[in-house]
Amino acid sequence: MTSMLAFASDEALMSVFLKSVFVENILLSFFLGMCSYLAVSKRVDSSIGLGIAVIFVQTLTVPMNWAFHNFVLAEGALAWAGLPDTDFSYLGFVTFIASIAAVVQVVEMAVDKFSPKLYASLGIFLPLIAVNCAILGGSLFMVERKYTFAQSVVYGVGSGTGWALAIVSMAAIRWRMRTANVPAPLRGLGITFITTGLVAMAFMTFSGI
Amino acid sequence: MNFLRKLIDKQGKRFHEPGAKLHKLWPIYDAFETFLFAPASRAPKHGPHVRDYTDLKRVMNTVIVALLPCLLWAIYNAGHQHFGALATMGKTAGYTPGWLQMLFPPDAAAPSLFDKVVFGLQRMLPILVVSYGVGLGIEMMFSVIRKEEVSEGFLVSGMLIALIVPASIPLWQLALGVAFAVVLGKEVFGGTGMNVFNPAMLVRAFLFFAFAAQMSGDSVWVAGNNAWHLIDGYSSPTPLAIVKPSSILDASAELAKHHSHADLFLGNIPGSAGEMSKLAVLLGAFWLIFTGVGSWRVMAGGVIGLIASGYLMHALLPASYGGPVTLQPWEHLLVGGFLFGLVFMATDPVSSPETNRGKWIYGILVGVVTILVRTINPAYPEGTMLSILLMNAFAPTIDHFIVAANIRRRKVRLEHQ
Repeated sequence: MTSMLAFASDEALMSVFLKSVFVENILLSFFLGMCSYLAVSKRVDSSIGLGIAVIFVQTLTVPMNWAFHNFVLAEGALAWAGLPDTDFSYLGFVTFIASIAAVVQVVEMAVDKFSPKLYASLGIFLPLIAVNCAILGGSLFMVERKYTFAQSVVYGVGSGTGWALAIVSMAAIRWRMRTANVPAPLRGLGITFITTGLVAMAFMTFSGI
Repeated sequence: MNFLRKLIDKQGKRFHEPGAKLHKLWPIYDAFETFLFAPASRAPKHGPHVRDYTDLKRVMNTVIVALLPCLLWAIYNAGHQHFGALATMGKTAGYTPGWLQMLFPPDAAAPSLFDKVVFGLQRMLPILVVSYGVGLGIEMMFSVIRKEEVSEGFLVSGMLIALIVPASIPLWQLALGVAFAVVLGKEVFGGTGMNVFNPAMLVRAFLFFAFAAQMSGDSVWVAGNNAWHLIDGYSSPTPLAIVKPSSILDASAELAKHHSHADLFLGNIPGSAGEMSKLAVLLGAFWLIFTGVGSWRVMAGGVIGLIASGYLMHALLPASYGGPVTLQPWEHLLVGGFLFGLVFMATDPVSSPETNRGKWIYGILVGVVTILVRTINPAYPEGTMLSILLMNAFAPTIDHFIVAANIRRRKVRLEHQ
């Protein structure tokens, strides 16, 4: 796992993608975005909806925050405006959250307009994407790993896809498990956590890339 | 037999009635009784007739029969590779025999078939005993506590586990792996038929990640007689490890230098205990397909997926990209444990999809992911285990989409009537 620290910024795009979907799956290896994952994975249909929403938001916000970071916030990023000595990186959290909230608002309005049924089934979880740690985590990893613009786009798509795959597979597994004779103390969240651990092991297929 | 029946019946009284002394242990008694005798009431004498009486036990026994060629080859080949390695190193003088070889001392310089089998038994018997003992022991404990019948599900898992670990595996590690898989992979889900992942695959994956030194590398595939069951200083890379370095631009030629196609097919190679002989696996596959126990759709899908994606990766990756991608796609069937995994693990009716179209998709994806790991993942030479586990995680998803599509199609048909 040393690769996490020494992240080469010229990493191949394919490898960034596979890594963000499988090996460094934002849900199964960093355990980000757990709350909506556990709550929504009861039904496959709403999982697919939320998964698509996360892919969409992640794909938009990671490159957007990349632009904010590299052109405004980072040390010396304002050199293009004639201000080479600025360092606004302490504003990173606020800016990222604000841009995420804006994108989520747009997505929410779009879903409400085009698919009221999905809007109803997602309920509170759509606005909650705004404070979903997976989304903010994606942007922060992008900064920490010093991705280029192309890499940040790929990372946004990949980490969103990884999250969506994890929640959809878990929803289907939970649907199949509804008849399983699980010991009473483990029913519900207990068995879901155990299954999540086993799924995380299966997602290590591509570790080493 | 009559004597045995009477004994069982007599003992049964102590277990059967709810108030009886040993009633709590009824599941264990029941497991032994049904193992020894068929249930008294089979098919009805009249009325609606049952055409065939296939119960879980018969299905499990069918798979065990299918596994026998692999097991026999595993026993022979463990000894064959062992004495072959000693001869290569010139270490045949001063041979230290193991516990079974004390009774039947081998001629290390010119070992006979019998000597090889004795060595194989000396290694495989403890592995089988630990695998069955730990697994069945835990299942019986759970059955007693949960007041259920002991299920036959572990009969196959126990043998599969013994066949997919290296013959040099330390027994305490094996016991730990079996305990992990049976408790956290199976019993917490409710036991046989309820698990999401194949328990035998979970054992291997657990050991692979927890004890990488004893589960991978070049030195673990040939068993020896020292404390670690290894031969000191002997290194024998598996065929997939031989072609793994990305500097190899013609893997077929590199492979041919070490192993002929006949050796690969018959199984005269180092590897996990039971997966080497493709001939033995094919015999098992024919038996499973003939009896209808294993799904031919999964097997066919897997072979198609493996070969097709082999050609695809060949075309997609640049010519400078070496390693396993330069093998002939069909040669991927001969190296590694893909055929074994596909025939015996991927066809597991519990952890694979239930719909027929789902089985095709599942099989094909197992083949595709295996090739992806073998060709573009520099860390692992073999991808069968992890690709089957990954597809286990997605089997319910595949089923869900197939069923949803079916419902949609029928709705449309109804509306058009």
